[in-house]
Amino acid sequence: MKQNPMSFQLKLSPEDFLPATEEEKQSQIVMRESVSFWKDGMRRFVKNKVAMVSLIVIILVMFFSFIVPMFYPYTYKEQFKGSNHLAPMEYSEAELERIAAGEKVFPHIFGTDKMGRDYAIRVMIGSRISLVVGLIATAIILVIGSLYGSIAAFFGGRVDLVMMRIVDIIYTIPDILLIVLLSFALQAPLDTLKGVPGFSWVGIVGENLISIFIVFALLYWVGMSRMVRSQILTLKESEFVTAARAMGVSNGKIIRRHLLTNCIGILIVTTTLQIPSSIFTESFLSFLGMGVAVPLPSLGSLASDALNGFNTYPYLLFIPAGLISLIILSFNLLGDGLRDAFDPKLKH
Amino acid sequence: MLKYVAKRILLAIVTIWAVATLTFFLMNMVPGGPFLSEKAISPQATAALEAKYGLDKPLMQRYVTYMTDALHGDFGDSLKQRGRTVMSIIKMKFPVSARVGGISVLVSLCLGVPLGCLAALKRGKFLDSLISVVSTCGIAVPSFVVCTLLLYTLGVNLRLLPTMGLNGWKNYIMPVIALSFYPTAYIMRLMRSSMLDVLGQDYMRTAKAKGVAGFWIMFKHALRNAILPVVTYVGPMLAYTVTGSFVVEKIFVIPGLGGEFIGAIGGRDYTLIMGTTIFLATLIVIMNVIVDIVYKIVDPRIKLK
Repeated sequence: MKQNPMSFQLKLSPEDFLPATEEEKQSQIVMRESVSFWKDGMRRFVKNKVAMVSLIVIILVMFFSFIVPMFYPYTYKEQFKGSNHLAPMEYSEAELERIAAGEKVFPHIFGTDKMGRDYAIRVMIGSRISLVVGLIATAIILVIGSLYGSIAAFFGGRVDLVMMRIVDIIYTIPDILLIVLLSFALQAPLDTLKGVPGFSWVGIVGENLISIFIVFALLYWVGMSRMVRSQILTLKESEFVTAARAMGVSNGKIIRRHLLTNCIGILIVTTTLQIPSSIFTESFLSFLGMGVAVPLPSLGSLASDALNGFNTYPYLLFIPAGLISLIILSFNLLGDGLRDAFDPKLKH
Repeated sequence: MLKYVAKRILLAIVTIWAVATLTFFLMNMVPGGPFLSEKAISPQATAALEAKYGLDKPLMQRYVTYMTDALHGDFGDSLKQRGRTVMSIIKMKFPVSARVGGISVLVSLCLGVPLGCLAALKRGKFLDSLISVVSTCGIAVPSFVVCTLLLYTLGVNLRLLPTMGLNGWKNYIMPVIALSFYPTAYIMRLMRSSMLDVLGQDYMRTAKAKGVAGFWIMFKHALRNAILPVVTYVGPMLAYTVTGSFVVEKIFVIPGLGGEFIGAIGGRDYTLIMGTTIFLATLIVIMNVIVDIVYKIVDPRIKLK
């Protein structure tokens, strides 16, 4: 066939369709494994020194609050007679006698409180409560917030308007009002629930703590849902969603498979940053006396109890207060590190 | 613009109504009542008191009565503080909280915005790291920790400042530090990250290429664009802060609205709870509308719809 030299037609010859030689095949083999989203993020994350240090701090705090109490010679509600308000590492007279008799007595590392309870174990159990509250509350917030936000964004239009208006209303009610009212309102039903077989744990955990979870679940997903909504709004215009819809994938599956998986980076980051704010709120509530039930301690209630005698025993306040700040700080730094690693667009 | 504002105000009224309704029914669902804690009172006297304040009527009727009264500007008498109307309590307590809160917001803006800009400009230098460390630690410390630390060092140990009340300017120092601690740190972070974003934009390079003087670049081009996230944050924050923080008011013994509110919830002072909630909700809603309008002024590209 005669070809026009100016033509843009491909100049193909039959040789172009011969099978490739071994040498040519070699060049097609991928030498390096392709770097997945996770691997890429993890590599960046491990390089981040600040985030690694805060991860180690969090693991240490978890070790001390979940594992060490199992082996600790004292318990958080055990009261020792005559050993009220011991200074750190001090022994009571009874204990000194036992030491003189050749017995080994485990020291009160942080001293004791006004009821004669070992303070170190109370701090450990307190941080356990704070961590559990932070983690569970955040899990609840994550589920409700991401589902609510994605449904609002996905359906858009009037659904979105109504759903976001509800968010605005929840946002406007002073949260302290809802927390107090709800915890009073939930007291009676939870009390009856305590008697139901299989639900005796309600009494141990404390009605207040459970109502804190419920309140968190009802209130604090608002921020998360706004975040997810704005992310989904941009994602749902993308081509792969159109393609999925053209193939007849159901709405629920599109949300779960395509939309939520694509915001996973931002979800991880928001979740990690939500944990410290949950701990923050719990400690604040315990400080007001609306947190965990006595004798169970939380870091906030320990700080609040220590406030009364803090001119004489300042360390009783400084230890839990410092620990709350340390936990919140570590989670914040970890969240920042995760954001830099998994969401490089947001980095600064 | 006018149409937009009208629409927003209409929506705001709906929001306030919804908040009021929700609070009203939730509050009445909670067991206990305003007169239960007064043990010396006989059942007859309780009944008489309830009849006087209309608490013996069915819930729906009370709701309608309250709403009609509230629409006429009558928020009723306090159930616990006899002889005082809710309005008079708010009028008396709000200025106290507003003064402390307003100063704190001003302080946190005056510190947070410039320091955040500075950190962004000196990115990667020592000053940036210092400011970042300070602001990261700042948002990690709960307000009651700040309060007690201040009280312990400045008030009790060094005896520099009075620990309670609001008699002179010295009394303001510690509450203001405690209240502005978190917002300052937060604004610094916000400002730094949005400033970094703006500094990388093309129009900044263009402005520099045109030879705009350093100060004007910062002020007209960078700051104006970077301050938007701070505006969004400060609006509702201002509303919350001027209505009083319970913790700060409790620790520094300040007779403000925050303490009054918590006291009202604990004592089931229904009218006072409703009054303060509606007051706070109105403030927040107004602040949100103002934020949107400020947005439009700062950045004319934003379309209000």
